[in-house]
Amino acid sequence: MILSVIFAILFYAATLLLIVGVARKIALYARTPAPLKIPVTPAPLTRAGVVWQMTKEVTVFRSLFFSNKWIWLFGWMFHVALALVLARHLRYFTEPVWGWVVLIQPFGKYAAFAMIAGLAGLWARRFLVDRVRYISSLSDHLMLALLMAIALSGLAIKYLSHTDIVHIKAYMLGLMYFDWQPLPADAFVLLHFALIIVLMVVFPISKLLHAPGMFFAPTRTQVDDARERRHTAGWTAE
Amino acid sequence: MAKANFDTPALQPHQETPDLPSVKPGAMQHLKTFPAKPLHNENIGYPGELVDGWQDKAVKRLGELVDGSQALRVFLDTCVKCGACTDKCHYFLGTEDPLNMPVARQDLLRSVYRRYYTFAGKHCPKLVGAKDFDKEMLDDWYNYFHQCSQCRRCSVFCPYGIDTAEISMAAREVMDSIGVGQKYCNEILAKVHKIGNNLGLPEPALVDTLEGLEEDVEEDTGVLVRFPVDQKGADVLLITPSADFFAEPHIDGLIGYAKVFHQAGIRWTLSSHASEAANFSLFIGSGDNLKKAAMRIREAALELGVKRIIVGECGHAWRVAYSFWNTLIGPFDFLDPKYPAPQHIVEFTYDLIQRGALTLDKEANDHRRITFHDSCNVARASRMGNIPGGQFILPREVIKAAANHFFDMAPDTIHEKTFCCGGGGGLLTDDLMELRVKGAMPRMQALQQVVEENGVNTLVAICAICKTQFAKTLPHYQFQGDMITSLHEVVGDAIQLGAKE
Ligand code: HEM
Ligand code: SF4
Ligand code: SF4
Repeated sequence: MILSVIFAILFYAATLLLIVGVARKIALYARTPAPLKIPVTPAPLTRAGVVWQMTKEVTVFRSLFFSNKWIWLFGWMFHVALALVLARHLRYFTEPVWGWVVLIQPFGKYAAFAMIAGLAGLWARRFLVDRVRYISSLSDHLMLALLMAIALSGLAIKYLSHTDIVHIKAYMLGLMYFDWQPLPADAFVLLHFALIIVLMVVFPISKLLHAPGMFFAPTRTQVDDARERRHTAGWTAE
Repeated sequence: MAKANFDTPALQPHQETPDLPSVKPGAMQHLKTFPAKPLHNENIGYPGELVDGWQDKAVKRLGELVDGSQALRVFLDTCVKCGACTDKCHYFLGTEDPLNMPVARQDLLRSVYRRYYTFAGKHCPKLVGAKDFDKEMLDDWYNYFHQCSQCRRCSVFCPYGIDTAEISMAAREVMDSIGVGQKYCNEILAKVHKIGNNLGLPEPALVDTLEGLEEDVEEDTGVLVRFPVDQKGADVLLITPSADFFAEPHIDGLIGYAKVFHQAGIRWTLSSHASEAANFSLFIGSGDNLKKAAMRIREAALELGVKRIIVGECGHAWRVAYSFWNTLIGPFDFLDPKYPAPQHIVEFTYDLIQRGALTLDKEANDHRRITFHDSCNVARASRMGNIPGGQFILPREVIKAAANHFFDMAPDTIHEKTFCCGGGGGLLTDDLMELRVKGAMPRMQALQQVVEENGVNTLVAICAICKTQFAKTLPHYQFQGDMITSLHEVVGDAIQLGAKE
């Protein structure tokens, strides 16, 4: 059961890195001053207006929609599917499974395919559109490869190896309550887990920081009230 | 027009927006704006020439800037290279050089930041495209961060609002800090600090010019319209770009403001101490200079004891005034709280029209078929009036109140999606003419469509840079250079002087 132990340790380490890493980044974003008013206008005139604007950005990728329909289509499909898949995974971490998680199970099943289609579309653009090919570095390809591999290995667990998810759930709950259980020694399960650990570790040091970062972009989060309210921060407050 | 040693991009017939080009790496690699002489740099607080140990010093300065700017910190981390911005920059559309794609321009700086300040960039630079700050990189910075007009169009389209303007300002500040400045911006900025305006026009010359204007207008209209300077106790201090004092079509805008003040019966004045609205410190990302140049305006307002400050037609100046003055030289508790501080001349004229205080004869403009160019800094970095987007509504309403024939260009090229004139951000210099002409192409494409379809013969703008840029570049696209007109020239021509006396 050496594997169970190794993976348990890796999971703990990855979780720690993810939480501490992202928390540190968020603290850094929040603490760094915005010395001047730089909202991109037209911008909301109130805090509530900004919250509504950001809600649209996060839920329907509003700017992206007006910017590029293909990226929007693939990107939005991928993210919504990812959200569904993640929500569906909650059943491995909760006992009894929360009601809403049960409700979304049927949608979650198809989400994996939508996620793969979205990723495939985004990846294809990196080869087919010369402008996007020009700006893509190796890490941009690897990130898509990683997510694609996670999705595919997940599907493989379900459709190829038919691993008993009761055992997987027991292992996950065991990790959470420090009551370690044996890990089902299926190749796809091990692969899926290993890739997820990689994702967790790279999250705080990669472009995946867009998820927390976007909430701190002054161009979108500042209220357009420069004349009404005197703003000072950083060097303008000295 | 001097013969150009480059090809002007072709406009497509019956099209509102340009075709998407395929990338041509290196297409604009050769274009290097004139470097500042040592004195230009020193006058505004930077080392004269490339300093010893410039690599380390530049990297250190970059780190300081990131520590002091939430925008930089977040923008450098969050870009996912989605590519949504790649076809949004007028300079890319006009030059086809991929380093003029906003994300690629950002990456010139981001790759250096990653190399020195991130885990991945320090340990696996190849993987994440991190690069050393070497001579080659410095050259790319110098060339391509002087091919960005800081127009913020890319930011509108980015899912995270990443603003390449912020990045190119930072890059220019880093370069200045190691003695690599641009002649155009730095030379002009020194003149503002020393004399009070970009032109280096001293007080006696300014007074002379304005007296001459008074005579001209009286000759034209038979009415004495005053152009006061340094009048203590005036109600309004007008801060306007110095281009308004001497060149067409700017000066006709100044005449228009004066006619508006005259008919409204409001006592106003210019200041010889603060005879410039422009503040090029914005373009070079220099906080110290930004504040120093703006401070003259506070000093002048206090000295003259005015109740209001109104800003003339200038795009980046309005950004600085609207968005930064309160922060840098506020609070404006000494001004009359009934009015916004500062107020744009278009807001002022619009209010007068709403109140019926101006007598406008639209037919006086019947020879004009007008379209309006939204200037970037007005459109995407400021506001007019009290609702979001007022900066689009007010100027159009003023034009329509003063003229019968108005036609908007294609929706994807106006309002917050407006295309830059091609000359903003400190690039309005003859040594960058190739870039300016090519960068004007998307705007010219949209203009051509309203010329073809609506017989437009007048392009109205409210920015000194746009006006100068269009006067020069319109002829390259076979339009008349004098199509470009100040908004307040249109207003001024419609005002019936004497009607309210
Ligand atoms: C607050 C939550 C999030 C929001 C609002 C968000 C939004 C976006 C947007 C607008 C894009 C650009 C369009 C696109 O390429 O899809 C994007 C790209 C991307 N996102 Fe997210 N995202 C979020 C969370 C996540 C998470 C949790 C992950 C992965 C674990 C992720 C992975 C990615 C990847 C890999 C890309 C780049 C796709 C490519 O290479 O083209 N995102 N995200
Ligand atoms: S649109 Fe924004 S996130 Fe996408 S490549 Fe451009 S800068 Fe990066
Ligand atoms: S700010 Fe304007 S000029 Fe600069 S990269 Fe963005 S679109 Fe291009």
